Formats: sequence, C-alpha cells, structure tokens
Amino acid sequence: MHSLIQAIILGILTGGVYALMASGQTLIFGIMKVVNLAQGALVVLGAYLTYTLFTQLGIDPFLSILITTPLLFLVGVGVQYVLLRPLHGDDVAQLSLLVTFAIALGVEGVLSFAYGSTLTNVQPAYANFSWTILGYQVSLVRFVAFLLSLVMLGLLYLILQRTKFGRSVRATVQNPMSAQLLGVNANRVSALGFGLGAATAAAAGSVFGMLNSFNPGSHYDLISRLLTIVVLGGLGSIGGSVVAALVMGVASSVVSALASPIWSDFTFFIVLLLVLLIRPRGLFGARTRGAL
Amino acid sequence: MKFATTRAGLIRAGVFFLVLLVIPIVGGPGYLLNTLIFTIMYAALSSSWNLIGGYAGYPSLGHVAFFGIGAYATGIIFSDSVYGGYAPFFLLPVIGLGVAFMSIPIGWVSMRTRADVFAIVTITLLFITQTLAFNLKNVTGGAQGKSVAPAPFDVGTYDWPFYYAMLILLAIAMGISLYFRRSKIGLSLATVRADEDKAHGVGVRVTAVKLIAFAVSAGLVAMVGGVWAYYVGFIYPQFAVDPLITIGMVLMAFLGGRGTLWGPVLGAFILVPAQEYFAQAFGASELYLIAYAAVFLVIMLFLPRGILPSITERLARRRASAAGAARDGASPTPSALPTSEVKVVR
Repeated sequence: MHSLIQAIILGILTGGVYALMASGQTLIFGIMKVVNLAQGALVVLGAYLTYTLFTQLGIDPFLSILITTPLLFLVGVGVQYVLLRPLHGDDVAQLSLLVTFAIALGVEGVLSFAYGSTLTNVQPAYANFSWTILGYQVSLVRFVAFLLSLVMLGLLYLILQRTKFGRSVRATVQNPMSAQLLGVNANRVSALGFGLGAATAAAAGSVFGMLNSFNPGSHYDLISRLLTIVVLGGLGSIGGSVVAALVMGVASSVVSALASPIWSDFTFFIVLLLVLLIRPRGLFGARTRGAL
Repeated sequence: MKFATTRAGLIRAGVFFLVLLVIPIVGGPGYLLNTLIFTIMYAALSSSWNLIGGYAGYPSLGHVAFFGIGAYATGIIFSDSVYGGYAPFFLLPVIGLGVAFMSIPIGWVSMRTRADVFAIVTITLLFITQTLAFNLKNVTGGAQGKSVAPAPFDVGTYDWPFYYAMLILLAIAMGISLYFRRSKIGLSLATVRADEDKAHGVGVRVTAVKLIAFAVSAGLVAMVGGVWAYYVGFIYPQFAVDPLITIGMVLMAFLGGRGTLWGPVLGAFILVPAQEYFAQAFGASELYLIAYAAVFLVIMLFLPRGILPSITERLARRRASAAGAARDGASPTPSALPTSEVKVVR
C-alpha cells in the first residue's frame, strides 16, 4: 500500500512535467494539424542548454528557464518560417510530419556532435534533497518542477484565453477557413503557435534534465510517450493532454513500482493500442476529418 | 500515356537486372559488392515500403520493426551453434509469410487512423519492437546482441549468395509493385490514397486492400531483414530496429518518387552510395546524422514529389506544348497534363 501511494505521488509529479511538453505538442497540432515529431528533440535541446548554462555559467537550472524558453521560442518560430511554411501540395500533413522528423534527427546529430552520446544529468546542490511527509518521500526538484509546470500551463491558458493572439489561435483550431475569412493571419498564428510549442518544450526540458539522465538519443523515448499522451488526450485538446499526462504519469509509475521499470514503457504502448481500438479520437478529441 | 508493360519498360528492367546480375562475375574493387548489397537492400526495402506508403498513402514509420523481426527470426533459428549453409535463404519465404500474417492484426488496429496518427502508431510499433528486443534477453540476447551462424562460403565469393538473395528480393518487390499497379488492387489503393471516404462510399473494399498492401509490404521487409542478419552475422537491438532504416526507406521513396515503380530504386541508388561516401569522408556518425537530416529537409522542401514524377510531368508538358506548337500555337489542353502520378498510370 505504501509503495502504491508513493508511486502515485511520484506519478502525479512526473505527469505534470509531461503535461507541459504534451500541451505544446497538442497546441501545434491544433493550430497547424501537424504532428510535431521534433517535440522530444526540442525538450532534449532545452535540457542540454540548461546543462551548459549550469555547468559553464553556474546559472540555476530553474532560473535558466528564463533564458531557454525565449530562445527556443525563437527557434520554433524560425523552424515554422523556414521549413514548414514553404510546404505545399496535396499531402502537406505527410510532408510536415516528415520534416519534423528530419528536424528531430538534425537536433540529435548536432547535440551528439557537441556533447557526445554519454548520459548526462543536471545536478544542482539541492538535487537530492527531499521532504518526508507522513512517511512519503517528496523530492524538492520534482515538487518544484510540478509547481513550475502548473505555472507555465497557467500562463499558456492565460495567453490562449485572454489575449488577441490567443483568440486567433482558438479560432484557427476550431475552423481555420472561417478564422482566415475573419481576418486572422494564419501564417502569423502558425509561426507563433509553433514557437509557443517549442517554448513549452524548453521549459519542460530544463526540468527534465534534473529529473532524468539524458543523451541526444533520449528524444525517441520522449516522443513515444508524448505521442501516446497526446493521442489519449485527443489531438488538439490541451486540457485533454494535461489529464492524459497525469493519467499516464501515474499509470507508468505504478507499473514501474509494482512490476518493473521495463514494463512502465509498455504501459504507454498498451494504453495507446487500447485507445485506438476503443476510442480513436482520444478522451477529449474533436472528430476531425482527415486526422482520424 | 498508358503504363502497360511496354517494350521500353521491359527493356529498362531487363538491362537493369542484367547489369546487376553480371557485376559480381565481372568483378571490381572490393568494396563495390558490399556497397551494392546495401544499395539493393535499401532499394528492396524502399520498394516494399512504397506498397503501403506510396500507393496507399499510409506513411508507415515503423516498418523497421518488421525488418528487425525478420532479422531476429533468422538469428534465433540459426544461432551460432547451428550450421547454416544455404538454409537461411530457403527459410526466408516462411519468415516472410509468418510476418505477413502477424502484421495483419497490427495493420488492422493501426489503420483505423489516418495519415498523421497512423504515422504515430507505426512509430510506436518501432519502439515496442526495440524495447522487446532489448528486454526479452532469453530470446534476443538483449543489449549483448545475438550472433548468427557464420556462413560457410568461400572467401572469394563470400558476398555472392547475399548479393543475389537481395537482388531476388528486389525483383520480387518490384514485381509485386508492377502487379499492384496493373491490377484492381492498385486501382483500389489509388482511390484510398486520393479520398478514402469517397472510395469507401462507392464500394471499394478499402480495409481489405489496405491490409493486403500492409501485410505484403511487411512480409517483404522481414525477408530482407533475414538476409541482412545472416550477412552481418551479429545483431543488436539498436541496429536491427534502427529508426534510421525506417527513415532510409521513406526518404528513398520520397526522393525517387513515391507511388512509382522505379522511384524507390532510384532513390536507393542515389542515397546509399552517397551515404557510404559521407561515412568515408566524415567518419564521425554525428555529422552523418546531420547530413542525413539536411538531405531529408532539402528533398521535402524542393522536391516534395520526388525526381521521377517531376521529370515525367516536365516531359509531358514539353510534349504537350510541342504538340500544341505543331497545331499552330494552339495551347495544350489541360487534360494532357498529368496532375498526379496515379493519373499518369491509368
């Protein structure tokens, strides 16, 4: 019982970080109808940036978010501008998917060139500090990471609900054609949306680097988890992805505690298969023609 | 422009395979045959991928899973203690059939979704297979790898059996492609690719043809994997189920022109030698990865439909305008311009 509750606590805290990564990915899908296979690579890129800022300049990993997030926002905007916007033709969706895959490979290549492929970890002084509450361990880093993810998600919510840009985004998600007819600049929304998605990856990446050992190839693990989360939540639904991330965080952590860590990866795959069999559009997904 | 088995097409195929048949006999530098084996391997893989990814428009990113399964099937049946000889080659059809049947339920589940999500599901398939290969240590040897029975061939002609096995598999893959294009299956797949809902509406048996294409494609890829495992002699999860192999198949089909008979072959014959050259020139695998990504991006951005369709279209346009000029400057009729490869074929 004790280990079960401990696993659930751990799962919720981890799930929060996944929620942040997945929200960016689902936002990108919502706006552009592009499954961003580079999201995992962007997270790893964020983690390496944090690593460099920490080891070279001694900047605290949590504070480095203030630097990495804007930086990757610009990278995201640039990627959309240079690589995704020029695509056209019948199968833009397919091409964009493959382009994001190529971006993932490129980022992996650049990172392995710069850092090599050994596993690294961002280890600030407080990395191993934890509280014991009623006999349950709560590590400081995980707890702050969870809170931070909540704050970032809150910010994202505010941006989407309260700003003019957010209104354009929501309009585009609901109906791109009408949004354009009503004067929404689709290109601008797409570029900023991709930037915003990359920014969430950066924020999550800084935290990811403290919670996990990583190397440039880690993005494969991440992307398979993120895709499961995003499909479970319903592609394009940010609320759905948050719920799904928490569910999957808890599920995989429980499986890992009760069975073995090997099978925690499989929870993701099994859930994905079940979702596709029973409810292909996910928990909160809208029925979009062409996507499902 | 009817794509019948024209004389030109037959001659083209005849010359292509004849040249490849005699290359080992004529001989050449030592690395030539080795490079060619991998080139033909990728041509076969990409042609097989093309059946589902090109003709049906379902871009599977997980086909390397079947490659890995085929490789491990060979590796497990002919593990180091067993004498292999030519037996692994004769067992290939069994492996191919087995994997084809096994892939049917997988295809059925994953093809409940369309393009994007289908890619997601198939990429997950890749991860599942790789995780299994790492963790089912009793069967696969895990990260330690699995050694395959050494092939007892003469040193001088050691590569020949593998070379011809790959060549036969390429011929089979291209033969099936050709059969698909000229049969009702190909027509049905073209409708699925164009508009699946409408195709379903007018009574095309979409699920059946998609599953046939998926299973055939998976079985072929598994057979190539079997030959590969016997050739390299030692298989590790990260190389047998390598995302780069998946991307190789997709990239080559895209470069040459997906949904065409010769596109994937052309793509392989351009990219694999280039790859070998890069590996020689740069050595470091990181740069190699970057170069791969760059080539990929360039193709997507500047040649999204591939080399062959672009050339065909340009030729058709030139021919149409020439015909127009002959008719005293009459403009070419729009219907003379093929708008997509499917229409060129039919």
